[in-house]
Amino acid sequence: MEQAVINSGDTAWMLMSAGLVTLMIPGLVLFYGGMVRVKSVLNMMMMSFGALAIVFVLWIAYGFSLVFGDSVNGSGLIGDVSQFAFLKGLDNSEAVIGTIPAAVFVGFQGMFAAITVALISGAIADRAKFGAWLVFAGIWATIVYFPVAHWVFAFDDFVAKTGGWIANDLGALDFAGGTAVHINAGAAGLALALVLGKRVGFGKMPMRPHNLPLVMLGAGLLWFGWFGFNAGSAIASNGTAGLALLNTIGATAAAVLAWLLVEKMRDGHATSLGAASGVVAGLVAITPACAAVNASGALIIGAVSGALCALSVGLKFKFGFDDSLDVVAVHLVGGIVGTILIGFVGVDVGLFNGGGTEQLIKQAIGAGAVLAYSFVLSYVIAKLVDLTIGFRISVEQELAGIDLAIHAERGYEFSDNNQGNFLASSRGAQE
Amino acid sequence: MKLITAILKPTKLDDVKDALHAVGINGMTVSEASGFGRQGGHTEVYRGAEYTVNLVPKIRLEVLVDDKDVDSVLGVIVKSASTGSIGDGKVWTTPIDQVIRVRTGERGPEAI
Repeated sequence: MEQAVINSGDTAWMLMSAGLVTLMIPGLVLFYGGMVRVKSVLNMMMMSFGALAIVFVLWIAYGFSLVFGDSVNGSGLIGDVSQFAFLKGLDNSEAVIGTIPAAVFVGFQGMFAAITVALISGAIADRAKFGAWLVFAGIWATIVYFPVAHWVFAFDDFVAKTGGWIANDLGALDFAGGTAVHINAGAAGLALALVLGKRVGFGKMPMRPHNLPLVMLGAGLLWFGWFGFNAGSAIASNGTAGLALLNTIGATAAAVLAWLLVEKMRDGHATSLGAASGVVAGLVAITPACAAVNASGALIIGAVSGALCALSVGLKFKFGFDDSLDVVAVHLVGGIVGTILIGFVGVDVGLFNGGGTEQLIKQAIGAGAVLAYSFVLSYVIAKLVDLTIGFRISVEQELAGIDLAIHAERGYEFSDNNQGNFLASSRGAQE
Repeated sequence: MKLITAILKPTKLDDVKDALHAVGINGMTVSEASGFGRQGGHTEVYRGAEYTVNLVPKIRLEVLVDDKDVDSVLGVIVKSASTGSIGDGKVWTTPIDQVIRVRTGERGPEAI
């Protein structure tokens, strides 16, 4: 960070990008919230808000340091927890990282951690204790996300001297988090769905989304916010950011078409849920690849991801795990597709685009390592939470609806006639 | 007095309503309902999984009539609601002890 100079153009774009990534939280809240049944919409939304709250507090306390601090013993596995504890030396208006204020970089990267944890919640709709979810979110961020983000996002000599093994030693390409964010969250979602078990009635009733306009609006906001996520990952206002933005649009458009085509051929209908899911499948897959491919490569990645993710949503019924909102089918499958396809269509490195198999192997190792680490650790954490404080609400609470049982609220009060009366004691205080 | 209750296909509501209007029936209560009879239900495919849907959307129409009008009103409803295909619904009558118009206090057939 010596003799660093702030570039105002880069800073303006990164301030904007941090805001865009933050907008992905309400985007995800609407996308997930609309997809659950009417009795669980608030709990679904609360899990994302809760994840943002707890993860960002941890981010300030020690998360940033674990991700971007000097790699412990140069191992590439985890950053030095004390180096930037409570953002030591960074939480002022003078510190600089790259060409932008350190504070902006910290805020931008912190939202990545928050959104990654929030993504997982889609796998456990309708049935998780809110407190247990928050405990899981905090532990998972600490021992899964922070190390994995160090592996993938911490480049040598950017924030600290030594960074993570995937970014520096292996050299797998992951521009904005196909491995660290999506494979990571998808594998965790699978583990959680297995530990928590199926919802009452899973596989017997369709559990259709209660509000598809919310889902469409959420997917649209995610798309918009993703410009900050992907183009912002250039950490600069430059040509790389521009290319990332273009590819983020192209891949997503192709994924929507591919998803709808699969649905039409398989089920006979092109659904709005399919279009919204196609948006996310495209965004997920292009995330690692958005700076490594050209426009045609982006279309290929989007189309393959849209089709494969659409085909994957039926797997949970076949294998009997209740990944309620298809976190596995969209984030795990889409993340793998994008990460691996860089090895085929990446400019100068892909097998079909001027390279050999070398990059492809690196991509597969990166994807496999994150998948295995995340799945195993997530399973253990979830199991420990379940065995100690219990992860699931009771069957009676689940049938009555988690919103009313856990949060004492309903998403929609359709009538003003049934709200009860104040007790005399509290009315006295009103008058 | 009788209460006539008819379970109808939602698409036939307008026809039945108009036909009842035409024979001088000036009041009725309509609610959305769901159910099944001999029609059973059907299968649907959604997001790659197949489901049987046995509660089908229906309209429940209720109308109060004087005893002398019962048969003609039943005839009008059956005729206007029929499509000839499965799932056309059912109509039945229930005896009514008393009817009071809330605004005026009129009782019996006067209140219908």
